[in-house]
Amino acid sequence: MTSPPPALLEAQHITRRLPEGVTLVQDASLKVERGEFIAITGPSGSGKSSLLYLLGLLDRPTEGRVLLEGRDTASLSAAELASLRLTRLGFVFQFHFLLPEFSTLDNVLIPIRRLGRLKGTAARAQAMKLLEALGMSEAAAKLPEQLSGGMRQRAAIARALANDPAIILADEPTGNLDTRNAAAVFDIFQRLAAEEGRAILVVTHDAELAKRANRRIHLVDGRIVSDTRAG
Amino acid sequence: MNLIFDLARGMLSRRRRQTLVSVLGVALGVAFFIAIASLMRGFQTYFIEQVIDVQPHIIVKDETRRPLPQAVEIAHPDGAVALSGVKPTERVRGIRASAEKMAILEAIPGVFSSPILTGQALLRYGSRDVSVSITGIEPARYRRVSNLEKDLIQGRLEDLRSTANGLIIGIGLAQKLGVTLGDTIIAVSPRGVSLQMKIVGIFRTGLTAMDNQAGYTLLKVNQILQDRPNVVNQILLRLNDVTGAEALARQIEARFGDRSESWEEQNRNILTVFVIQNAIMYSVTGAILLVAAFGIYNIISTVVFEKTRDIAILKSLGFTEGDIQWLFLLQGMIAGLLGAVLGCILGQIMIEGLAQIRFNTETPAGNDRFLLVQDWRIFAIASFFALLSASIAAVVPARRAARLDPVQTIRGAA
Repeated sequence: MTSPPPALLEAQHITRRLPEGVTLVQDASLKVERGEFIAITGPSGSGKSSLLYLLGLLDRPTEGRVLLEGRDTASLSAAELASLRLTRLGFVFQFHFLLPEFSTLDNVLIPIRRLGRLKGTAARAQAMKLLEALGMSEAAAKLPEQLSGGMRQRAAIARALANDPAIILADEPTGNLDTRNAAAVFDIFQRLAAEEGRAILVVTHDAELAKRANRRIHLVDGRIVSDTRAG
Repeated sequence: MNLIFDLARGMLSRRRRQTLVSVLGVALGVAFFIAIASLMRGFQTYFIEQVIDVQPHIIVKDETRRPLPQAVEIAHPDGAVALSGVKPTERVRGIRASAEKMAILEAIPGVFSSPILTGQALLRYGSRDVSVSITGIEPARYRRVSNLEKDLIQGRLEDLRSTANGLIIGIGLAQKLGVTLGDTIIAVSPRGVSLQMKIVGIFRTGLTAMDNQAGYTLLKVNQILQDRPNVVNQILLRLNDVTGAEALARQIEARFGDRSESWEEQNRNILTVFVIQNAIMYSVTGAILLVAAFGIYNIISTVVFEKTRDIAILKSLGFTEGDIQWLFLLQGMIAGLLGAVLGCILGQIMIEGLAQIRFNTETPAGNDRFLLVQDWRIFAIASFFALLSASIAAVVPARRAARLDPVQTIRGAA
C-alpha cells in the first residue's frame, strides 16, 4: 500500500491563543500544494497574518500541528525551525524590511551567505540573477533608501527567493504600494507559482488582487469560513 | 562568521558618532591604565633594581630565627614540660665554620659570597667625633657582591690592602669630619680598642644613611678593632638569578641554621606597599573601564532598540537566536577592540609625554624625570580587560535581542 505524497505544507486543526486569552486563529486546517497561488483574505483582525506566521514557522500553534513536507514541526527546536525558514520558506512583508545599511544586492546576499551553500562570486551571481529576473539589476548597488516603494518590495521578493524556497509567504505585500506596483507584485507571484512551481501564500485585504489567485481562503474571527479554488 | 561580522559593522557604522563616544570611553580607560601602569611599574622596577643592585641578595646572619631548643625540649618533645627563666648562654657571636659554609655556597653555580664583620666605632678627627658603622671586608670577594667599587669617587678598593689600617668612608662622613684622602684619623671601638686609620677612599651611594654613617676596612683590621679575632658575623651572597634568592635563603637556613634573609625579606614592607599601590591602580583603572563598559552597554542597547525590525527580518530569514546574540555581542567587541587599539596609541602618546617632563629637584639618585617602563604586557593586559568589559557589557542587550519575538515586531509594524 503506497500512501499519497505528503502535501507541501499542511495545517491540522491549528489554534493560536495568546497568553491573555485572545484567540488569533481557531481550529484552522488546510493543505498547500506546489504551484498553488493562495490569497488569504478577511477583515482586519480576522487572524490572517497570524495564520501566515504559523504556516511560516515564525510562531508555534497552541494546539494542532503544522507539517512541512510531511514533517511535523512541533517537536523541532528553534534552531531547526530557523534552518527550515532559511532553506524552504521565503517571507515578504508589508514593509520591505531591507537592512538600510546594505545595498540591494547585499540584502539579497544575506540569506545566501547565511546558508553558505554558494560562496563568493557564485553567491553574487545568484543574487544578481534574482534581481535581474525582477527587473532590478540597475538597483543592485543602491541603498534601500534610494529606491522607490515598488522597487524595495521587489528587492524584498528577490531576498525571499534567495535560497530557492518552495514556499513564499507574503503579508500584505502590496499594502504600501500604488495600484500599478501592486499589480506588478502579483504578476511576479503568479509567475513564481505557475512557472516555477512554488507555493505562494499572500495575505491581502485587496479583493481585486485576491481574485488573481487560484485559491482563496477567507477568514473571519480566526476561523476559515471559505476555501475556494478558482477555475 | 563573516556575514555576521559584516552585519555588525554595518549596524555600528550607522551610529558613527555614538560609537565613537563609547570607543573613546574605552580608549581613555585603556590609555590611563597604560600610562599609570608604566609609571608605577617604572618606579617599582627602578626601586627593585636599586635594591637588587645595592643590597646583597641574601644575608646570612649569626643569629637563629628561633631560640635554640633546650635540652629538655629535645628529650621530651611531646612532654608537658614548662620552661621559664631561660638565660641565653654567653657565647662568642659569629657565624661558625664560615669558611666551610662559604665553600659550600660558592660551589653552587651563579652564587658569590663574601664574609664581613660589622661593628660600631667612633671616628675621631681633631675635635670631632662621629659614630659610624664599620664593615670589615675582603676586597677581592666583596667587590663581587657589592657596588662599593662603582661608588668610589676617590681612591681604589685595593688601597685597603696596600695601606696599613686603610679606611674607606662616605662623602657625607668625610665632610662632617672634615677629612680628605690621605688623612689619618682615630677609630675607637665599643671594646675600647683604638686604631689609627688612614682614609684611602671616599664613596658616594646617593643614600644619605650610607654616605653619612658607613665605613669600610679590611676584615682583619675590623676583627682587631672590634676585638673579635677570626669572627665573621655575616655572609653576603649575590646571585646571578635574583628570583631564586628567597628559595635559596630558605635552603641555607634549613641546612646551616643561620638566619638567612633574601632581599625580598629585607624589603618586605616596601614590597607590600607596592602590592597595595598596584591594587589601587587596578581599581582606579577598573573603575574607568567600568564607566566605559556602560558606554558600550548604552550603544548596543540603543542599536538593539533601533534594530528590532532588522532583528525580526533576520529571524524570519532563518537566523537563529545564537546568530542574533553573536551579531550584537560582536558589535560590543568591535567597539571594545577599536577602543583598545585607540587606547594603546593614546597610552603610548601619554607615555611619550610623561617622559618629556623634567623636575627641578636634584635627588641623590640623580632622577629628574618619571621612570617609565614600556612593557608590551601592560598593553596586552589593558586591551584584554577592555575587550572583556566590552563583551560583558554587550552580552545583556545581545541576549535581549536574541529573545525578541519577530511576530510581535512585525505585527507592531503592520
